[in-house]
Amino acid sequence: MSYQLKVNGTVHPVDVDGDMPLLWVLRDVIGLTGTKFGCGIALCGACTVHVNGAPRRSCVTPIQTIGDSEITTIEALERSAVGRSAQQAWLDLEVIQCGYCQSGQLMSAAALLAANPSPTDADIDAVMAGNICRCGTYGRIRSAIKRAALFLSSTRTEK
Amino acid sequence: MTSEPSSATEAGPSRRAVLTAGLAVGGGLLLGFRLALRGARAEAAGGIFAPDAFIRVSPSGQVTVIVPFVEMGQGTYTSVPMLVAEELEVGLDQIQVEHAPSDEKRYTHPIWKGQLTGGSGSIRGAYQPMRRAGAAARMMLISAAARSWGVDAETCRAERGWVIHPPSGRRMTYGSLASTAARIPVPEQVVLKDPKDFKLIGTPAKRLDTPDKVNGRAKFGIDVRVPGMRIAAVASCPVFGGKLAAVEDAGARAIRGVQQVVRIEDAVAVVADHTWAARKGLAALRITWDPGPNAGVSTAEIARDFSAASHNVGVVAANEGDIDSARPVRKVEAFYEMPFLAHAAMEPLSCTIHARKDACDIWVGTQFPPRGQNAAARVLGVPPEKVVLHNHLLGGGFGRRLEHDWIEQAARIARHVDGPVKVTWSREEDIQHDAYRSYNCSRVSAGLDQAGMPLTFHHRVVGPAVLARFLPLFFKDGVDLDAVDDALGPYAIPNVRVEFVRKEAPPGMLTGNWRGVGAVRNVFVVEGFIDELAHAARKDPVEYRRALIQRSPRALAVLELAARNAGWGKPLPRRSGRGVAVYSAFGTYLAQVAEISVGRDGRVRVHRMVCAVDCGQVINPDTVKAQIEGGVIYGLGAALYGPITLKNGRVEQSNFDTYPVPRMNEVPAVEVQIIPSQLPPGGIGELGTVGVAPAVVNAVTAATGKRLRNLPIDPAVLKLG
Repeated sequence: MSYQLKVNGTVHPVDVDGDMPLLWVLRDVIGLTGTKFGCGIALCGACTVHVNGAPRRSCVTPIQTIGDSEITTIEALERSAVGRSAQQAWLDLEVIQCGYCQSGQLMSAAALLAANPSPTDADIDAVMAGNICRCGTYGRIRSAIKRAALFLSSTRTEK
Repeated sequence: MTSEPSSATEAGPSRRAVLTAGLAVGGGLLLGFRLALRGARAEAAGGIFAPDAFIRVSPSGQVTVIVPFVEMGQGTYTSVPMLVAEELEVGLDQIQVEHAPSDEKRYTHPIWKGQLTGGSGSIRGAYQPMRRAGAAARMMLISAAARSWGVDAETCRAERGWVIHPPSGRRMTYGSLASTAARIPVPEQVVLKDPKDFKLIGTPAKRLDTPDKVNGRAKFGIDVRVPGMRIAAVASCPVFGGKLAAVEDAGARAIRGVQQVVRIEDAVAVVADHTWAARKGLAALRITWDPGPNAGVSTAEIARDFSAASHNVGVVAANEGDIDSARPVRKVEAFYEMPFLAHAAMEPLSCTIHARKDACDIWVGTQFPPRGQNAAARVLGVPPEKVVLHNHLLGGGFGRRLEHDWIEQAARIARHVDGPVKVTWSREEDIQHDAYRSYNCSRVSAGLDQAGMPLTFHHRVVGPAVLARFLPLFFKDGVDLDAVDDALGPYAIPNVRVEFVRKEAPPGMLTGNWRGVGAVRNVFVVEGFIDELAHAARKDPVEYRRALIQRSPRALAVLELAARNAGWGKPLPRRSGRGVAVYSAFGTYLAQVAEISVGRDGRVRVHRMVCAVDCGQVINPDTVKAQIEGGVIYGLGAALYGPITLKNGRVEQSNFDTYPVPRMNEVPAVEVQIIPSQLPPGGIGELGTVGVAPAVVNAVTAATGKRLRNLPIDPAVLKLG
């Protein structure tokens, strides 16, 4: 089957089976390797992307279910104000160790912040518990989400 | 790995470091140290300098630091350049980092005698040599400038990549001096900075590797894409030591994108255009395994076997005083057990390999590059120098990537594939074919005096000799030095004995190094048991330890700081408690206090983990904190979750559903305070993990009165009603 996949604002024609998960289309066919494989069954969140702005585990999202939805991957996260502030907060607080899970962490966090500009600890837990980090950066991820939220609210106030 | 021969950190590399210099490509200065290696200067031809270079200064002024350790999250790509930059007088912003190639002759670790990253050894191994390299380069650049100005080098100084002559106000960049400096003899005497003059060392520095990790640009081993590359999914015999008997592959071959089915002795791989076709192809195979001799093996059987062996006398690893003739008034005995564990690094194992008739390229992330290189050379029948290993960032190591089994397997598959192939394991393969932390156990006993203080301490360690296979240099007289590391704790007890009873997992089941290595198993035993002794003596666990470490001021200081920061002794609600662990490993002292509560359902919730650390001279303080924070979370996984179990020779767990790991909503706040010190730096990567389980089980005793001697903690034992 051939599909016209909209990824980060570009249309990619791909000719693959409809049951192929988006993760492998991104990584192996289109060549966007920022989205990571961690478990293959939506348990770890490493493969998180945005589909029409909503977080989605790409490892269990068959390509045939995407239609003309807009897909955003970590490579284009910096194009949104929420994405940039999350990335900056991650760097400001030195969240990252090995970094392998952090694409997924950032995509989940950015989706959370876009939907909920001032998340509580419980809100953060509810969303971020789906993203595993084996380096144990959870405490800093939590702080960075709050920092990004604060930054976003201050820039909104300025406007 | 052991922290035993840490004296090498101090004397070894600095004494043996032989500085050499020469011309780099384009006339730049290349400088490095080589470790007792002669005749490696051939590369002067064509203007390229020594293979053992760690510093390169180009005519444009670009300073490159070639880091001999791999980056797996521990911050080595920042802390090692900091050592060089401190003495070279450049800013971290002026430095470019390069992976060292696989080359044991140039990059062997001064402690481990191999080009590996692990055992909390990088800063310990690099602290002197890297600073010396930076200082010598600076001196040569200053000499070059002084010559060209006709002034005394003593009147010049260096700053941010410039040599400056203050009396005349003249200045030249390092880049413009590089080719002249390359012709200057390497100074025999190098004076290192007094720590009070450090500008970078000890000051928090932004990590150099992280900006590319927030936007998907960082390339891990699994991300490699080579032109013409195929992708392989693999299934190994689920029973350790078993073989592939037969494969019916018609179904797989019918799947679009599947190119080839490769059979090797103990596994089968499906090679395809992309991962999905490979995985579908693998699922469509009808495989018959020959399970071999381990078909009936179970964890219960292994535990029975090890437990029985714990009654045997082992090889004596330490013996002070005389435990047999001491006359205690009371004896306390206990048996501790620890399960098999997987590493479960976030990046599943992957290796891309292009095997050709007489050469080979490997793209991978490994903690031990020469092992992978040599394994591929053996499999392919080519000389190791014809195998080029391109190392990448590691998506977590934790000891798993010290092994080379998956690289060797990829080579065995690649032999049958025309062109490059990336072999990526599923998470299930990763969990079911790990280099496991072995099941192991300890029998401990102590004799107490009238006051309840230990007169004797006897620790019999039962487990595999991983280092007999992995680093035989550290398997001495029948004792695996890592397996008995920290088996006595930091305590002054007059009569002590440590014995090692070697017991191996079933043949075919790989056991290896797991974060915290020997210390993580022995500190669990020692700190749990010391706590038992404190309770037997009806003394406060902190007071009891304090009395036993009076002669170890660094241990005492971390214990007191952690206890104070944790509010030790302050009342807590019912079924809540604090527990402590204090230890020294890899040249570092750490105390951890866990604050926990136990639910009615028996589930343990860790609320706080307060850590006090003395790791000697700190390089990047934020990295020290981050390593302790992360180490605690890793250790928490082993305290609360797991284990890996075997039934019919197969691992029963397969993914994060059956092998859960800590998630954000389950982890404590981790507080870390560093005690400033200018003593030689200790290790940090393993440390945070080591004391977590004992601090938590000791807290469980405080909360419930129940003493736990095996891991992971079983909520059923702690359940109410």
